[in-house]
Amino acid sequence: MKLIVAVIKPFKLEEVKDALAAVGVEGLTVSEVKGFGRQKGHTEIYRGNEYTVDFLPKAKLEIAVPDELAGAVVEAIASAARTGKIGDGKIFVLPLEDVVRIRTGERGEAAV
Amino acid sequence: MRITSAYLRPILISLFLGLLCSLGVRGESAAAAPVVPVALAPTVEQRLASLEAYLANTDPTAALKNARGEIPPGLTTPSAGVAGPGHNAWMMVSAALVLFMTLPGLALFYGGLVRAKNVLSIMGWCLGITSVVTVLWWAVGYSLVFGKSFDSAYLGGSEHFFLKGVGGAPNPNYSFWVSHNVFAMFQLMFAIITPAVIVGAVVERMKFSAVLAFTVLWVLLVYCPLAHMVWGANGLMNGLANPAASIKAIDFAGGLVVEMASGWSALVLCIVLGPRLGFGKTPMPPHSLVLCMVGTGLLWVGWYGFNAGSAVAADGIAGNAFMATTIAAAVAAGTWAGLEYYLRGKASVLGFCSGAVAGLVAITPACGFIDATAAVWVGLAGGTLPFFACTKLKGWLRYDDALDVFGVHGVGGTIGMLLTGVFADVAINGNLATHLSASVGRTLWIEQLKGMGVALALAVGGTLAIALVLRATIGLRPTIEAEQEGLDLTDHGEHGYIYDASNI
Repeated sequence: MKLIVAVIKPFKLEEVKDALAAVGVEGLTVSEVKGFGRQKGHTEIYRGNEYTVDFLPKAKLEIAVPDELAGAVVEAIASAARTGKIGDGKIFVLPLEDVVRIRTGERGEAAV
Repeated sequence: MRITSAYLRPILISLFLGLLCSLGVRGESAAAAPVVPVALAPTVEQRLASLEAYLANTDPTAALKNARGEIPPGLTTPSAGVAGPGHNAWMMVSAALVLFMTLPGLALFYGGLVRAKNVLSIMGWCLGITSVVTVLWWAVGYSLVFGKSFDSAYLGGSEHFFLKGVGGAPNPNYSFWVSHNVFAMFQLMFAIITPAVIVGAVVERMKFSAVLAFTVLWVLLVYCPLAHMVWGANGLMNGLANPAASIKAIDFAGGLVVEMASGWSALVLCIVLGPRLGFGKTPMPPHSLVLCMVGTGLLWVGWYGFNAGSAVAADGIAGNAFMATTIAAAVAAGTWAGLEYYLRGKASVLGFCSGAVAGLVAITPACGFIDATAAVWVGLAGGTLPFFACTKLKGWLRYDDALDVFGVHGVGGTIGMLLTGVFADVAINGNLATHLSASVGRTLWIEQLKGMGVALALAVGGTLAIALVLRATIGLRPTIEAEQEGLDLTDHGEHGYIYDASNI
């Protein structure tokens, strides 16, 4: 099993979700996060006071998938979230040791 | 039959009147006999002139005066000593509009500009100031400003303490047609908003108790004397109405009393208090320009009560004030945002809001005295100089005037007062001809400068004394922990926004 963590532009979330549903992903967790990469921040000015905003808002997705689905999921996210401009985000793929479905107590791939 | 009765009625009435007159003559001829005084009846001409005074906003008893300029005892008309419905209605609306400027106008304008952890704090200050000043005004404030018993150019009197004698009949010292109680409430709203404007400079770092204590002392020691000097019938600087005024300055709606007094006091208070924790290091951007914009709109609309209402009548002067107010506010808003666009490439919403308020401030002393074109000039000046005061001067001098009260109200009010002296025009406000015809258009601006000097000295001196005394006694600042936590929680035990998943 793999845990796929993707940080994307917030306005791409709907498209990514649809792309993931199309490849068979049945659930995911989304968080609103802040961060910076090569995109850096921007400057805001209020009555002459300049503030540099270093951390930009991003959406973070966490998806647990069986090993054989991982490639398709990464591909779906990458193509749906891409604008071609700086700041499109990153996808991390991590090995996943175990999963528990709390309601039934199922474990492993059955619980994904 | 109908025709006959129409002819008969005047004949009968004149017969009756003739009989009354002959009785009167007989009464006078029998001078020795003590007679019950007969109530004198006004003539139809006198009654009409008295009623016409309502339209002209003049004295309804003027027509009753005899050749010696005295009103015969007992002679009155139904129009004398009563409120004029139109003037009274407008003044009640105006009073409500001026309160609307504070609650919620200023509360939102300021509330949007602070960080989210202090939004309720400034709103609580506006509410607290409204409560405290209202009680103060009832007890002594109104009388100290608009009373006469002290016979002083510097302070009013004690005859209206606890609003004694302030009823529905007009007080002819200030208005022939507006109820005394309506006038007192209209003026109360000015006494509320002035300290509420000041505290914008010290948001996020002053204790609630200290804000209220400062308000009480400041209204008593700075506002009341200054308002009496400028607007009291026998005030020191009331050039418009007091022929004995030593400084013949004019201030239509509060350029001295409200704007300069609050702006300069704010500068002193924020310097005594010191900057916010982390000022210049931690970002402190506004948490909601949406609230700020809503507040700006409410201030602008409320300002019609403030400025046009300061005519204390629903007359042509009020109409001129309404027009000048609109023009100056719109021009100044565009000027401020235009300067931003020119200097930085973007016109900001906060720039439009700041410019509108600065223009409204600058036109305040002038609106009932100047024409539309002069209002454009006042708007240009009101949008330009406060812009540089807020964006440049504050940065150079490094004082933490958090919401730019000095930059907008202090600088804007100062320019407005001076330009009032330059642009005031007898053709716009005929009252200028009563005592000031020699100086209007010539040396009035010098009188304005003298008045500004007195207001500045009183505001700076009074605020410095009050702030130092409070700092040495109850203390001005919250604890460092409270300031970091935010005053909403530490002073009021509430949060402005509760965004909690379990609470939705």
